[in-house]
Amino acid sequence: MSAAGATPPMIRMAGVDKFFGPLHVLKGIDLEVPKGQVVVVLGPSGSGKSTLCRTINRLEPIDSGVIEVDGQPVPAEGKALARLRADVGMVFQSFNLFAHKTIIENVMLAPVKVRGVASAEARKHGMELLDRVGIANQAEKYPAQLSGGQQQRAAIARALNMRPKVMLFDEPTSALDPEVVNEVLDVMTSLARDGMTMLVVTHEMGFARRASDRVVFMADGEIVEDAATEEFFTSPKSERARDFLGKILSH
Amino acid sequence: MDFLSNYDLLGAFWTTVQLTFWSAIGALVWGIVLAGMRVSPVWLMRAFATAYVNIVRNTPLTLIVVASSLGLYQALGVSLTTDKTTAALAITNFRLAVLAFVLYTGTFVAEAVRSGINTVPVGQAEAARALGLGFFQTLTLIVLPQALRSVVAPLASVLIALTKNTTVASAIGVAEAAVLMKTMLENEGQAGTLVFAVFAIGFVILTLPVGLLLGWLSKKVAVKR
Ligand SMILES: Nc1ncnc2c1ncn2[C@@H]1O[C@H](COP(=O)(O)OP(=O)(O)O)[C@@H](O)[C@H]1O
Ligand SMILES: [Mg+2]
Repeated sequence: MSAAGATPPMIRMAGVDKFFGPLHVLKGIDLEVPKGQVVVVLGPSGSGKSTLCRTINRLEPIDSGVIEVDGQPVPAEGKALARLRADVGMVFQSFNLFAHKTIIENVMLAPVKVRGVASAEARKHGMELLDRVGIANQAEKYPAQLSGGQQQRAAIARALNMRPKVMLFDEPTSALDPEVVNEVLDVMTSLARDGMTMLVVTHEMGFARRASDRVVFMADGEIVEDAATEEFFTSPKSERARDFLGKILSH
Repeated sequence: MDFLSNYDLLGAFWTTVQLTFWSAIGALVWGIVLAGMRVSPVWLMRAFATAYVNIVRNTPLTLIVVASSLGLYQALGVSLTTDKTTAALAITNFRLAVLAFVLYTGTFVAEAVRSGINTVPVGQAEAARALGLGFFQTLTLIVLPQALRSVVAPLASVLIALTKNTTVASAIGVAEAAVLMKTMLENEGQAGTLVFAVFAIGFVILTLPVGLLLGWLSKKVAVKR
């Protein structure tokens, strides 16, 4: 850990290894995300980006190493783990809104059931968030009645209603039609401007350049490059990052 | 046709309805508990529920009904009523029969609910856990409500089977419809076909509306994805 008195990073991963059976998917990952920083994780498909994201709130347990959130080691199970997860917002590629609940019910559920917030208060803050992401008029509808872009914005509002310390995004726009990608990226950009600590797995280079402070480039389960955003895009050091950028930017 | 009015047809079918009703409620609750245990993170619960379902589901119902009467009541002296009048035996037999139907039918409910749980995308439970909900909250607030909506139709089949299975309660002397049918067949041998027809129609009247109602409900509550 850092010297006594200094504020701990929001996320700290040290020597993290993860296997799926014989497959070594995370290899000695060291990563610190300071408070307020926006980090974009880039890398080819299968390089371990989702797994990295999911180990931070222990949706995937790790085989060795240390993960800390806000200075606290991620608990292995039980109430302590649930408490940590309540502080870590997560947005999935497939939205995962609760299909049997309306949008506002989705947004209110966890604050009421996990934090014990009064229902009226959770609804009020939830409606403010839905308004902020531009879908307050969809509050009483069911997820299946919304477009993908609207569903993903609802999912972001749902995570934010827990007042998380940090937000994890795992390819939040990859399942969206191209014409609605920007409405989600705009919400994320504004969140970044407001100082939210964010770890974002994405292939959206425009968003990465515009909204992130730092880029982590992964390949084959390793962090190959970790650099300030501008530096990464203008002068990537590794061969693999140059290859990757060449392929993705030529589209 | 006149002889029909000499028998308490409605009374007998009313007993069938009551047997079915209480057994259905008990089996639904017990089946959901069993299904929850089968997906629980606790190894012992999973093992118990799996063994229980596989053993009980494959045991003949008559055996379970008779066993609950012989084993619980006559051998262990477990009485399910504090009633001391002559009705006590009838009440005890009725409750033992309900218990047996709950234990048996619960396994079929559990299997239906488990198949319903499998239709709920894993992302639903992951999103719930990521928000800080515990296992029990995730199960009861997110997974089961969606699972149950998707298995209304199979549960209707279980309920219809249960309605017909209640005739097995005659084995321990519960005066439901099948007992009366036997009596009537003995007394009215010459009208046997008619007696059969009356009871067959009686059961269709009980089960058909249930099937139709639940079929309609199953469409109405289906989760849209
Ligand atoms: N649940 C799982 N079981 C087995 N292998 C998995 C599982 N999840 C991911 N993997 C494998 O782990 C590797 C990394 O996957 P992932 O983290 O999803 O990569 P990315 O998000 O960068 O595409 C891939 O080879 C993938 O096939
Ligand atoms: Mg991925």
